[in-house]
Amino acid sequence: MSHAPILPILLPMMMAVAMLLRPALARPLAVVSLAAQVVLAALLLGLAGDDAVRVYLLGDWPAPYGIVLVLDRLAAMMVAVTAVLGLAALLHAIGGSDREGRHFHPLFQLQLAGLNGAFLTGDVFNLFVFFEILLLASYGLLMHGGGAARARAGIGYVVLNLVGSALFLISLGLVYGTLGTLNLADIAIVLPGVPAADQALVRSAAALMVAVFLLKAALLPLSFWLPHVYAAAGVPVAALFAVMTKVGVYALLRVEAIGLAGAPATAGLLQPWLPVLALLTIAAGTIGALAARRLALVAANQVLISTGTLLAAVAAGGATATAAALYYLPHTTLVTGGMFLLAGHLARARGALGDTIDNGPRVPGALLLGGAFLVLGVAASGVPPLSGFLAKVMVMQALGGTALGPWLWAGMLVSGLVMALVLARAASAFFWEVGDAAAPAAPEPRRMMFALLLLAAAGPVLALAAAPVASYARAAAEQLHARQPYVEAVLGARPAVQRETRP
Amino acid sequence: MALLVSIAVGLLAACGIYLLLRPRVFSVILGLTLLSYAVNALIFLGGRLGATAAPLALPGARGLADPLPQALVLTAIVIGFGMTAYLVALALRARAETGSDHVDGAEPGEDRR
Repeated sequence: MSHAPILPILLPMMMAVAMLLRPALARPLAVVSLAAQVVLAALLLGLAGDDAVRVYLLGDWPAPYGIVLVLDRLAAMMVAVTAVLGLAALLHAIGGSDREGRHFHPLFQLQLAGLNGAFLTGDVFNLFVFFEILLLASYGLLMHGGGAARARAGIGYVVLNLVGSALFLISLGLVYGTLGTLNLADIAIVLPGVPAADQALVRSAAALMVAVFLLKAALLPLSFWLPHVYAAAGVPVAALFAVMTKVGVYALLRVEAIGLAGAPATAGLLQPWLPVLALLTIAAGTIGALAARRLALVAANQVLISTGTLLAAVAAGGATATAAALYYLPHTTLVTGGMFLLAGHLARARGALGDTIDNGPRVPGALLLGGAFLVLGVAASGVPPLSGFLAKVMVMQALGGTALGPWLWAGMLVSGLVMALVLARAASAFFWEVGDAAAPAAPEPRRMMFALLLLAAAGPVLALAAAPVASYARAAAEQLHARQPYVEAVLGARPAVQRETRP
Repeated sequence: MALLVSIAVGLLAACGIYLLLRPRVFSVILGLTLLSYAVNALIFLGGRLGATAAPLALPGARGLADPLPQALVLTAIVIGFGMTAYLVALALRARAETGSDHVDGAEPGEDRR
């Protein structure tokens, strides 16, 4: 299993190539690929469970000169969340929407390769490359199916992310120019000893990098692109995009905890503004959800709320807050993905009305859809007894002692209440105040329903398995914040890196 | 030398940002291109400039040229080129779908739907 860390990247890449060579086999290959990725993710979770940090040297070049992949608890968890969400999105897509345009499946696989790569890499330049892979695939996926709304949303999305990439590269150029390394573990070693003359430059580079991650995560002043892009995307694509903002959160968490923490040049980089912006993001998402006229828009605003909540926990720092965030993260990713799928089901059943929150005809199969709505809604708004409640309690406990604690408590509680109201209002429009005429029953492939139920099950399953998941999250957070195991695993216990001082 | 390149980087970035903020997609694409030139030159600067540095670790050679920024720039150029090509295709598609080359997908003052 020594090659295990690279498999989640290689497998979807190879599958994408195979699909391009044999387009007729794309669907079966995609199902095989996702099933294999779920199994692989389970194996990686098991591997990471022994608290060892596994390092994979590409081409066996020694770190920090070569490229490394690092598998620890956090990376394994992110890969697992992606695999489950990807499987559900794919099962929904092969219900028919994958044939609305060309090359859906290869793009989908490349997106997964980029996501997994971003989670596993131990090198900031490689992080950039995997960001680009997942972004380029996401540009294609967003445009899948065509239409004016997608073209309109697509331009803004692509331009914004290209600017983000340019900023990322500027930051990498500055990091390399001052520190002489791009390996995350090596950065952790070099950064504390950076000469005083270079400190301002390093700090700006780190600030730029943080800004790029926050753009991907959609923190408030950088979040206006998200709702209409997610609402314009196709149903399975929007569901998969639920994990895209989490990549930004993950990258911030990883780079801050391993690379930047504890160095005087980057001390206090995230304080005091990040909790404030996180709170404002929660507020903006809540107001957006209240104003939304479509269920997909509600779900998109839910993504904003979860970004705000996660970043509030990241800003608080320390293992307890991170552990809470890491329990909240799979919950919110899967439940929001499920919400997007549900919006797609409703839009399909209601014909011209789409997923507009408006009284319409009776929805066929209302019992199942309504049940899924109930479970997802309860989980999303954080009402007991499902995972949303537990996750919010953990995050709020962790935030209680911070400077903005009371404000964040109020924000999260009000946002939960408003979400519950919004979803209850939507449910009554969709399922109760309906006309007598039933909508013409659109044949609903069973695997699409299975995809929805898979994600709807996340709430109850994460609540039932709260103890093991929370203890895994706790261990992952402790491993992350310990830093030393990561650095030692990559560079060895006593790193002897020859450095040359440059002019 | 480094000062000259730095000034060029600043100039390119300034022009790029100005063009990025223009309302038409074409100038936005040009702006992105200029910005990526600025970025590439900046990464190059990260490896320090020098005309006489030895390119290879020959015996006794000191003050070697840093080969890594060149590899980084190459990657950045390839990615930037691909992205720009995609954006041009997307812009053409959006022009065909919405009938406007404004970044909002509609002429100012015109209703979106």
